[in-house]
Amino acid sequence: MKTVILINGLVIISLIISFSKDKMKTKKSLMIALKTLGKIAPSILSVILLIGIMYGLFADKIALFFGQENGVIGFVTIALFGSVIHMPALLAFPLAGSFLAEGASISSVAAFITTLTMIGIVTLPLEIKTMGKKFAIYRNLISFAIALIIAVLMGVIL
Amino acid sequence: MKEQMMKKNQKNSKKGFLFLGLVIVGTVLTSILVPEKSPLILQTSFDYFKQMAMVFPAILILMGLFNVWVSKEFVMSHLGESSGVKGIAVAFFLGAIPTGPIFVAFPMAQALLKKGASYTNIVIFLSAWACIKIPQELMELQFMGVKFMLARLGMTIVFITIMGMIINKLMSMEK
Repeated sequence: MKTVILINGLVIISLIISFSKDKMKTKKSLMIALKTLGKIAPSILSVILLIGIMYGLFADKIALFFGQENGVIGFVTIALFGSVIHMPALLAFPLAGSFLAEGASISSVAAFITTLTMIGIVTLPLEIKTMGKKFAIYRNLISFAIALIIAVLMGVIL
Repeated sequence: MKEQMMKKNQKNSKKGFLFLGLVIVGTVLTSILVPEKSPLILQTSFDYFKQMAMVFPAILILMGLFNVWVSKEFVMSHLGESSGVKGIAVAFFLGAIPTGPIFVAFPMAQALLKKGASYTNIVIFLSAWACIKIPQELMELQFMGVKFMLARLGMTIVFITIMGMIINKLMSMEK
């Protein structure tokens, strides 16, 4: 909540300074903001609904994946699952902590957290729209590989 | 030329609305097929919507101001191809500031790219935004322990930087 106030306060102050310096430029910047909003609003709304669907359908299945952990396939399944679902950190870390306490391996928990935060299959439409198809696909694919590497290394060193 | 661009833009926004329509149909179908999940789905979407609505207008305005006031030379010297280690540090810092969900970062990344930031730094900025947010690290510290958090943070920083460089190469190769 504090950050929300901080960001909005900062922007209002910037806007006032900008306006006092140059009215035309400020008008132009507001037009740019409005145009961008118009361009990406449908994608953002889609992303928000997709997050809801994925979370609603699969959130209670997470424990299942960790329960029947079996070798490489289980590990990759958990990583894929983390890539698809979206969850605020406020919920994700207590959940991950509880899996660890219940005996899940460090690698699988690390894979889940890393893919969860780094990769967004549901945000992909928006990423493609703003950054281009190639960039979005590269970033998500390489992030997936990196998440697996980090997870394996976590298991080795901890 | 301009007309072509306009047409392309129109086509793109049509696609966006088409996709939104499909997702809405999907949401309705899911609610009909699995009615017991419907409240959770709507609640989650609504929570994210609230979270976004509180910061998104501000971030859009900030992006507009950034577009008008910040010069291309400034962005290039701090985040461009030749910005080196300093650019990487700036990108990590900008990404890690607590702000909002990842989807508000994409238009900002787009604006930075247009002003001449390198792909390396854009990847770092987005990835840091996604997984090195300061409040998120504190949650991890609390629930996963100091060793787990530090080890994952250290490796994430190293690998994100490497990924940035790889994507930079890939994107420049295809140009």
